[in-house]
Amino acid sequence: MRMREQFPFFAAHPELTYLDSAATSQKPQAVLAALHDYYVEDNANVHRGLYQLAYATTEKYEAVRQQIAAHIHAARPEEIVYTRSTTDGLNLVAASFGPVVVRPGDEILVSGAEHHSNFIPWQQLAERTGATFVIAPVQADGNTDAAQVAQLISSRTKIVALASVTNVAGGAVAIRPLADRVHANGGFMVVDGAQQIAHLPVDVQAMGADFFAFSGHKMYGPTGIGTLYGRYDLLEKMPPVQFGGEMIDTVMDQDTTWAEVPLKFEAGTPNIAGVIGLGAAFDFMATLDLAAVRAHEQALVARLRTGLAAIDGIQLYGDEASIGIVSFNLTGVHPHDVATILDEAQVAVRAGHHCAQPLMARLGVPATVRASVGVYNNEADIDRLIAAVQSARRVFDAVI
Amino acid sequence: MPLSKLDQLYRQVILDEAYHPRHHGTLPDYDHSVTLQNPSCGDVLTLQLKLSDGRVADAKFSGSGCTISQASGSLMTDLIIGKTPAAVQQLVETFSTLVIDGHAPAEEALGDAAILKGVHDFPARIKCATLAWKAASQALSKGERHD
Repeated sequence: MRMREQFPFFAAHPELTYLDSAATSQKPQAVLAALHDYYVEDNANVHRGLYQLAYATTEKYEAVRQQIAAHIHAARPEEIVYTRSTTDGLNLVAASFGPVVVRPGDEILVSGAEHHSNFIPWQQLAERTGATFVIAPVQADGNTDAAQVAQLISSRTKIVALASVTNVAGGAVAIRPLADRVHANGGFMVVDGAQQIAHLPVDVQAMGADFFAFSGHKMYGPTGIGTLYGRYDLLEKMPPVQFGGEMIDTVMDQDTTWAEVPLKFEAGTPNIAGVIGLGAAFDFMATLDLAAVRAHEQALVARLRTGLAAIDGIQLYGDEASIGIVSFNLTGVHPHDVATILDEAQVAVRAGHHCAQPLMARLGVPATVRASVGVYNNEADIDRLIAAVQSARRVFDAVI
Repeated sequence: MPLSKLDQLYRQVILDEAYHPRHHGTLPDYDHSVTLQNPSCGDVLTLQLKLSDGRVADAKFSGSGCTISQASGSLMTDLIIGKTPAAVQQLVETFSTLVIDGHAPAEEALGDAAILKGVHDFPARIKCATLAWKAASQALSKGERHD
């Protein structure tokens, strides 16, 4: 079956050019079917019931943990913690692991290109613990400057938190050399993998990540489910931050002991359907040739950058190697005006600060327009976007 | 031929208003200053008002934003100069109804500002259009000089 036909969304919106997959991807039929089938055939709570159905559903639910561990090359399935999202995972690390290792006078280091969800938790952790929050300068094109990050790592650095692919300029960051440096200094490497997971292979051990967070919904899976990978010995040291069902060993009147990793971090009835849907999304990913996907997405990025660069007054961020993301501005035109004109042309892109206000301040703009591609996009999508930006340029011809 | 929704939104008069706004800048002496943000798009607008004899004697706005918020700031300040606070509050109400519903009782009182009616067809942009008017309402609902 052709790629686009696997996504019912496009049959429902035949006129729409969807170029906002970095915000959320569309879902293949296989994922939708898995969600439906779970509720029709397998709906039972996990890790509780003793009846056969509950047991079988728990098996399926735990099998996804193994599947994720294999996909991202975790050492063992217990290193996979189910979360709501990337944001949820990063907040869990900051709230639970942060106070275990960060002391007054220590440093927590991020890049100025981070998404708010990999920025604010660390800013707040620094404030709570008396640590210093250090922000590495970014490249002029909006990408993380790995050399600047490396230079700022010292024996004071307890945590380095970086996106492996940035969400505005779309550049990939080589994590391993930075992880080696932070480890040599006694610190820990936290990776925001939200924009990597759908586009590039992930090997958490090879990259040297102590923690790696991602969301299901950006990799063709459902919303409301994500994963936090954590090194087992570190997860063991971390206290739970939410309390309730499923996460306990024994509850006494005055004391409670916790379940083993990872269940101690999964209080309450989890998003079972989401986990099953995420498993189906990984099955879908397994049908893809990621090298071919990368080549396809790179060709679309190149076509878009070339087409936009020919328009008078275009400012492009990132570079040709961007992982499926092209952010731009039309000089003299507010990005929201551009987005409204693109919307009228049935081209869906994101315009705004992309939850990266510190980066916008560094680039000296209030916002950017961001187009991003998925496996279902084609050259015609790119050409419609370029034509729509040209027409936006014409609307403002008389005033800019 | 009637204008398309988009042409209606980006009429030349609106573009001119946004790119050559009237009453843009700051007042050396003012009675009220209010800064509002539109967190979803990053627009920031500061409105300063000088009152005299129970009327708005002067008004200026500053900040950065899209065509719609800038045009709206220009049209709003031009409209409220000379009006009483009660009359301004009524105009704010009328304008808000106009851009949300597409029509409003006594909308002719808005004068030139009624050209922003086309925003009604773009629900995502209503907040851009109303930002300056909200600032005016807030400024005048506070009794004394403040920043």
